[in-house]
Amino acid sequence: MLSVKGLKATVGDKEILRGLDLEVGPGEVHAIMGPNGSGKSTFAHVLSGREGYEVTAGSAKLDGTDLFELDPEERARLGLFLAFQYPVELPGVNNMYFLKAALNAIRKSRGEDELDAVSFMRLMKEKLKVLHLDDSLLKRPVNFGFSGGEKKRNEIFQMAMLEPKLAILDETDSGLDIDALRIVADGVNALRSPERSMIVVTHYQRLLDYIEPDYVHVLAKGQIIRSGGKELALELEEKGYGWIVDGEAA
Amino acid sequence: MSAIPAEAITAESKADTVGQYDDLVNAGYEHGFVTEIESDTLPPGLDEGVVRAISARKGEPEWMTEWRLAAYRKWLDMPTPTWAAVHYPPIDYQAISYFSAPKKKEGPKSLDEVDPILLETYQKLGIPIEEQKALAGIAVDAVFDSVSVATTFREKLHEAGVIFCSISEAVQEYPELVQKYLGTVVPPTDNFYTGLNSAVFTDGTFVYVPKNTRCPMELSTYFRINTANTGQFERTLIVADEGSYVSYLEGCTAPQRDENQLHAAVVELIALDDAEIKYSTVQNWYPGDEDGKGGIYNFVTKRGDCRGHRSKISWTQVETGSAITWKYPSCILRGDDSVGEFYSVAVTKGRQQADTGTKMIHLGKNTSSTIVSKGISAQHGQQAYRGLVRIAARAEGARNHTQCDSLLIGDKSSAHTFPYIEVKNSSAKMEHEATTSKISDDQLFYCRSRGLSEEDAVSMIVNGFCKEVFNELPMEFAVEAQKLLSISLEGAVG
Repeated sequence: MLSVKGLKATVGDKEILRGLDLEVGPGEVHAIMGPNGSGKSTFAHVLSGREGYEVTAGSAKLDGTDLFELDPEERARLGLFLAFQYPVELPGVNNMYFLKAALNAIRKSRGEDELDAVSFMRLMKEKLKVLHLDDSLLKRPVNFGFSGGEKKRNEIFQMAMLEPKLAILDETDSGLDIDALRIVADGVNALRSPERSMIVVTHYQRLLDYIEPDYVHVLAKGQIIRSGGKELALELEEKGYGWIVDGEAA
Repeated sequence: MSAIPAEAITAESKADTVGQYDDLVNAGYEHGFVTEIESDTLPPGLDEGVVRAISARKGEPEWMTEWRLAAYRKWLDMPTPTWAAVHYPPIDYQAISYFSAPKKKEGPKSLDEVDPILLETYQKLGIPIEEQKALAGIAVDAVFDSVSVATTFREKLHEAGVIFCSISEAVQEYPELVQKYLGTVVPPTDNFYTGLNSAVFTDGTFVYVPKNTRCPMELSTYFRINTANTGQFERTLIVADEGSYVSYLEGCTAPQRDENQLHAAVVELIALDDAEIKYSTVQNWYPGDEDGKGGIYNFVTKRGDCRGHRSKISWTQVETGSAITWKYPSCILRGDDSVGEFYSVAVTKGRQQADTGTKMIHLGKNTSSTIVSKGISAQHGQQAYRGLVRIAARAEGARNHTQCDSLLIGDKSSAHTFPYIEVKNSSAKMEHEATTSKISDDQLFYCRSRGLSEEDAVSMIVNGFCKEVFNELPMEFAVEAQKLLSISLEGAVG
């Protein structure tokens, strides 16, 4: 599904990713953990094509297609989805209208028919049900005036609607209280499927109590320095990052 | 008694806004002021003889001729306004021909001769082929379906007692109404361009809605096909008698070309007791080429008089065209409890310049006004919002809410806000909000990461920004305006 090899990336003069390797198979959920400043968010942004980062070496392929050859919208159409740590507000842009335009842009690029209003509404109702959400957010402008929890729920709803192959959740747990966290995690779990891979980027182990990963990776100083099963997360929770990071540095 | 001094809020994304107009200022009149001497066209130049000749050719009564001449004599001593934040070379008023019979002009013979960029835009707007021809200035024998539509409309209006005709027709048929109201809102001496317009206007629209009548349909110049060629000095007069209502649509979303570079129109609205006038404009005159050459100068004076108690006048405008726009649709809130509204979207890109806004003059008690202005500047576009809210000493309990937002696209555009507030009655309640924002990279990336192209993202964000104004437009106009905005901003990013 996703194959990242020797990825190096800089912001300005500063090298943030220093040779990152990661293989994600279909249906797998990978957690990427690491201390602040380790490059977790940079990795998520570089994969989705945000400007401001320069890829200096390495490759990232989604189902064999080189992501770095593509614009952000082309990556999205290919099936990549980024759930933002800080979802962006779009004043005056209706949430439903936005989603319909996005979904149809993706469908169109795949040679599928665009959904009309009726089929779109039907699909939306279906997804709301799966996620146990109500439709109160849909009539409002995208993320505008949403609470932290509402914004994150909206991200998960977008993910449900756009049905990506690979979803990257960038610190989706940040700023959520325990109830909101549970709602979001339940949503993510409902969207797990053998065809959909996920990368869950998080600072704390807490989220992984709810979203159980197949693999856990520790990212530090721009490289993955330790990989393991979900028990690695528990170990990190107990001992902190110091023992691995310092051990590696020594 | 309190007066808040005028305060200028200026937001510029880069300091290089001065030099960039050199080109425009130096641009010649390549496409403008082309005077073809036809049998029915007066030679260039303006004097009393020309004013008389115009009046004579239109077979006007003497009072009309005298009215024009009085305006002309006053105009001679009037200075051209220089306070607006727009730049253009001086206009030679003696080089203009002031009368051209509404005959078919020498235009392109077929669509093959029309600027392909213009045609592309027509296609994007989904304009039928026959209509495209008409817009591009090609002589069309039978004007598609709207002939029959227009006839049906006229019958319906007649039944309701609504008068909707050209101003020339009104001078002949309803002289008492025209004499009673013409120039009472915008006097010929109001400013340089109204003086000129009053002296030489060739045609325009007249509407009268009788007492307690709700005009059965949206009135639009679009259907008034017999007076398609109103020329560069258009005159509009709309009177809503007591308890009546009328909604008037002006303009067209399709880009319109015109061989006249200078347009100096005057629009007067009069609402008597309990009457309401809603006036919507979509203006998309030719903005000139990439360097701003050949674009229309739109110097228009629009004013509404809420003459009666509890009357209401509402201006809604979407301005995307013209090289230079100088326009301040205003309301005089004379009657007690009268209401004035101004909703505006103005877009400037390329080398376009716009200085636009409104005036709300509160004279009556408990009058209220709302101003919502949305300015969008892209590329080298430059625009200024200029607004005046004046509360007279006797205007007890007046209220105003002003919201003035600017959106900058790219790093060479600029937006300026000049709000003037004069309050002479301490019971007034005034609110003013102003914002300047840019389409952020975050917003663009967010949209793109969901599969939307950059252009779709921009158009979505811009339409969201303008929503409050579009909500005021009649339904089908709003849809067109949205489409127009998207097309206007194509390629404006980056």
